[in-house]
Amino acid sequence: MSVLQILSAGPGVTVQDLGRPGHIASGLSRGGAADRLALAEGAALLRQAPDLAALEMAGFGGSFTATSPLRIALTGAPMAAAIDGAPIAWHASHLLPEGATLTIGGARAGVYGYLTLGGGIDTAPVLGARAVHLAAGLGSVLAAGQSLPLGPDSGGPVGEVLSVQDRFQGGTARILASLQTDLFDAETLARFTRTCFCRDARANRQGVRLLPEGEGFGLSSGQSILSEIITKGDIQIPGDGAPYILLPEAQTTGGYPRIGTVIPADLPMLAQLPAGAAVRFAFVTLDQALEIEAKDRASRQSLAARCRPRLRAPEDIADLLSYQLISGMITGTEDL
Amino acid sequence: MTTAPQSLEWPRIVPVGLDGLLVRFADRLTEPANRAALTFRAAVEDEDWSGVEETSSALTSVYLRFDPLHLRHADLTAQLQSLLDSRDWYNAPPPQGRRFWRIPTLYGTDAAPQLAEAAGLAGLDVQQAIADLSAARTRVLTLGFAPGQPYLGELPPAWDIPRQEVINPQVSAGALVVALRQFVLFANASPTGWRHVGQTAFRCFMPEAPDPFALRAGDEVQFYAVSAEEYANIQRDGASNGGAKPEAIR
Repeated sequence: MSVLQILSAGPGVTVQDLGRPGHIASGLSRGGAADRLALAEGAALLRQAPDLAALEMAGFGGSFTATSPLRIALTGAPMAAAIDGAPIAWHASHLLPEGATLTIGGARAGVYGYLTLGGGIDTAPVLGARAVHLAAGLGSVLAAGQSLPLGPDSGGPVGEVLSVQDRFQGGTARILASLQTDLFDAETLARFTRTCFCRDARANRQGVRLLPEGEGFGLSSGQSILSEIITKGDIQIPGDGAPYILLPEAQTTGGYPRIGTVIPADLPMLAQLPAGAAVRFAFVTLDQALEIEAKDRASRQSLAARCRPRLRAPEDIADLLSYQLISGMITGTEDL
Repeated sequence: MTTAPQSLEWPRIVPVGLDGLLVRFADRLTEPANRAALTFRAAVEDEDWSGVEETSSALTSVYLRFDPLHLRHADLTAQLQSLLDSRDWYNAPPPQGRRFWRIPTLYGTDAAPQLAEAAGLAGLDVQQAIADLSAARTRVLTLGFAPGQPYLGELPPAWDIPRQEVINPQVSAGALVVALRQFVLFANASPTGWRHVGQTAFRCFMPEAPDPFALRAGDEVQFYAVSAEEYANIQRDGASNGGAKPEAIR
C-alpha cells in the first residue's frame, strides 16, 4: 500500500471529498471540498472517480513524499510547486518518483489548491465520507509527521494539462432570489447588484465575509426571522450589513435574513475569492439558473476529454528542426 | 399555546436556491406548526418521490433537496401541494417511531452557574425552578447549529425569558441552556447567549458510533434533576450515554 508522508503542512491542509449528503435533518452540513470543480479537475487529469478523497490546501501547501511512485494532479488555486526543487506545472498531472519531495508553496491567486493522488486518499470513512468537517469536529487539519494511506491506483496518464476557467480573482456571481429576498425593498436590491464587494480577511470553510463599497445592506431593526434551512451559497445579511456567503461547512439552519443564493456553478469562484479581491452579484431567473446548471454539469462530464499531453508531439511542432532535440537525459517526468 | 394558523396563506411552498423547496407552516413557533412540520416531513419521506435527495425539518418548516434537472420545480410543487391538501397537518398526530429520553441533569452549582439568574427572570425561586424544569417533558423541535444538537420546547410560559445581551464565552458540551421557552442541549463546548441552568453528561453526537446522532426531531426529553453525587457517578460510568434511557413512544 502506498503512503503519502507529510513532511510539512500549511495551516489549512485537510482531506476532502464530495462531503456527506443526507444529514441536514441531524444538523450536519454536507461539507466536502470548497471548490468541487477543482476536485473534479484533479480526478479528470488522473482518469479516476470524482468521489475519491484528495488534499485541500487553504492558502499554502506543504511538502510531501511517497513510499512508491505516485501519479499526482495539481488543481484549484495555482500554487508554486516543485519536485526535488524542479518547478512543475499547475492544472496538470505528474509522476512523483518514489522518495522524491513534492513541495507546494503559497497560492498565487485564489485560496484552495488541491493535490489529487492516484488511487485517492484511503483514510477510514466516517458517516460515509472521508472529508474533514472542521466545524463539526470530524477530523482535523494535517500536520508534519502524519502519513496518509492511499488506495490502489488503477493507472492512467501523467504529464497532462487542463485549461481551466479562471475563477481565482473574483468576478460576477449569479444569484437566485432566496427565502428573505422579499424583505429587502427594490431600491436596496438594485443597490446590491450595483455594489462592488471586497473579500474581508474573515473567511474559512464555513463562509466568506464581504465588505461593501459604500453603506451596508442591513434590514431596519425589528426584523426577526424564524430559524430555517441554510444552504451553501446563501448570502446572509447580519446586523452589520456586510454580506456573508455560506460555504460547505455552514450551519444547517439560521435566522439571519438572506438576500439571495449564489448558483452552484459560481460557487467555486466565491470559495476561491482571495482576500481583497472584488465580486459583484447579478440576479438570474430560475430558468436561466437551470440552463447554466445543465451546461455546467455537461462541462464537468467533458473534463477528462479536455485533458491533453503537456509535451507537444513532434509532428505538431512546425519548426521542429530549430529545436535542439538531444540535450542531456530525458526521463519522461520533466515538467517544463 | 397559540392556535394553529388557519388562514389561506399557510402552508406556503417557496424555492430554496436552485435545488430546494421549503414548505412553511408558520412564521413563528407554535406547537401545532412544529408538529405539522414533523408529521409532514415523515409523510414526505414515506412518499419516497423519485428525484428527492434529502429532507429535513426546522422549527416550523420542511426542506426538500432534489435534482432540478430530473424533477421539475413545478412537478414537485404540485406533488407537495397535493400532499398538503390531503389532510389537516396542524391537527395531525405526531409521527411514529419517536422515543422518550430521560436525561439525568445537575441543575445549578458551579457546573451550571446561571440557574439562579434564570429562575429570577422566570419569577421563581431556585427550588421551584428546578422542580419546573425537571418535570417538563419537552419535544425535540429541531436539530441544528451543531451536529445532533436539539432545540427543545415548549417550556411553561414563565420561561419565556430573553437571551442575555452579553454572550457566555463558553459553556461545556452537555450544557443545558434556556431562553424563549426552549432548552438547547449543547453538543460541543460553545459560546452562547442562552443561560446555563443545568449540566448533563449526554453526548448528542458520537461520530464513531453506529448511530452517531442520539436524538431525532420529534423525540421527547425530560431533564430530571439528580444530586451532585449521582451526577459524579454518571460521569464515571462510561457504559451509558450520560445515564440517559430511551424508550419507544407508543
